[in-house]
Amino acid sequence: MLNVGAISEGFVLDHIQAGMSLSLYHDLKLDKLDCCVAIIKNARSNKMGKKDILKVECDPNTLNLDVLGFIDRNITVNIIKGGEIVEKKALTLPKEIRNIIRCKNPRCITSIEQELEQVFVLTDEENASYRCKYCEGKFKGYKNKKR
Amino acid sequence: MRHLMSPMDFSVEELDKLLKLANDIEQNPGKYAHACTGKKLATCFYEPSTRTRLSFEAAMLNLGGSVLGFSSADSSSASKGESVSDTIRVISCYADICAMRHPKEGAPLVASQKSTIPVINAGDGGHQHPTQTLTDLLTIYSLKGKLGGLTIGLCGDLKFGRTVHSLIHALIRYPDIRFVLISPEELRVPSYIREDVLNKNQISYKEVERLEDAMADLDILYMTRVQRERFFNEEDYVRMKDFYILDKSKMALAPKEMLVLHPLPRVNEISVEVDEDPRAAYFKQAQYGVYVRMALILTLLEVEVC
Repeated sequence: MLNVGAISEGFVLDHIQAGMSLSLYHDLKLDKLDCCVAIIKNARSNKMGKKDILKVECDPNTLNLDVLGFIDRNITVNIIKGGEIVEKKALTLPKEIRNIIRCKNPRCITSIEQELEQVFVLTDEENASYRCKYCEGKFKGYKNKKR
Repeated sequence: MRHLMSPMDFSVEELDKLLKLANDIEQNPGKYAHACTGKKLATCFYEPSTRTRLSFEAAMLNLGGSVLGFSSADSSSASKGESVSDTIRVISCYADICAMRHPKEGAPLVASQKSTIPVINAGDGGHQHPTQTLTDLLTIYSLKGKLGGLTIGLCGDLKFGRTVHSLIHALIRYPDIRFVLISPEELRVPSYIREDVLNKNQISYKEVERLEDAMADLDILYMTRVQRERFFNEEDYVRMKDFYILDKSKMALAPKEMLVLHPLPRVNEISVEVDEDPRAAYFKQAQYGVYVRMALILTLLEVEVC
């Protein structure tokens, strides 16, 4: 098993669906941060078989839990301080998300007025279904069902 | 300040009040002839429309108000690239209330977020057309005397037909409503209507392709036009446009008390021979459209007439 060193302050995202860590890295805009990030792919997991892990050494407040909850509410978030896990955060589906995904409906007003915020609203919690606030077009992306 | 984006913006009680007001306007037009004197309605129509725009204008004129506006995007600053948000900020300085039609879905909602006057969605792409729904509800309420306990057949373009989507949204709030969705496979209702509206609210509905199979069960037959402007490709439009034609022979299969509604304009989907049938209510429906828009303008402007 590959060993990746512990971090002293930051957060560890555990139980990421195998293969999803790189897209999560971009969705969370971790590429924009000037800090140490470890991406672990296909780690062995009793619960999931295989999983990905992200270790990020930075201020935990920079983590956008809404984005994370929207992408995959099953991820475990461990907040690290002084090299120890000081908090585990539970993820929920945000009621509304702004400027994370774009509406793909060519008939939507957001397709021609670029300055508009891209707002999606949670319309069905059970199926994690989000719809564009303007045209009610359904977002067909993540299958974020509760595991 | 209130806007109207979707028929769901009004509660059932508020809708009831609005329909009763529209009925009173029909009975006593003189009482309302000066209710909006000094008020201005802006009709901002970014795509062509005859009856909706004229119906709004007639409604405001009947109330003693005046109207201004534009009837196509080419004759507005949109052709210069002005955003909907900027346009409504300016219109808010000129008028007391605005009716907006736009080919892009959600445009009136964008306008309402920046407006300082009430905005009425007069149709946004294939999405919503709430004042047509109010017209439909008033027609059914006035001619059937109720809005619940009805079987409603919706026929034609159920995919892009915004009048159909809005009407379904509005009617599911009344008890014992059943739908028969009559359309070709390609023009069936969108998934969000089926999943989030019909299934979620446990509304009874069935989907059929042949109009003849549905006629005998209906209290209301709501016909729609297949709209050329909703298709990206002409070939699909030509294939679909004459899929349904309501004629005397099909009307013979319908109950005696059934009503035929249509948001108009019709093209070939209702044969002119049906116009003389007492069950054809689509021209009366256009008249009810003016009454209900009058009631809506009074309600949003908070004008009380004693």
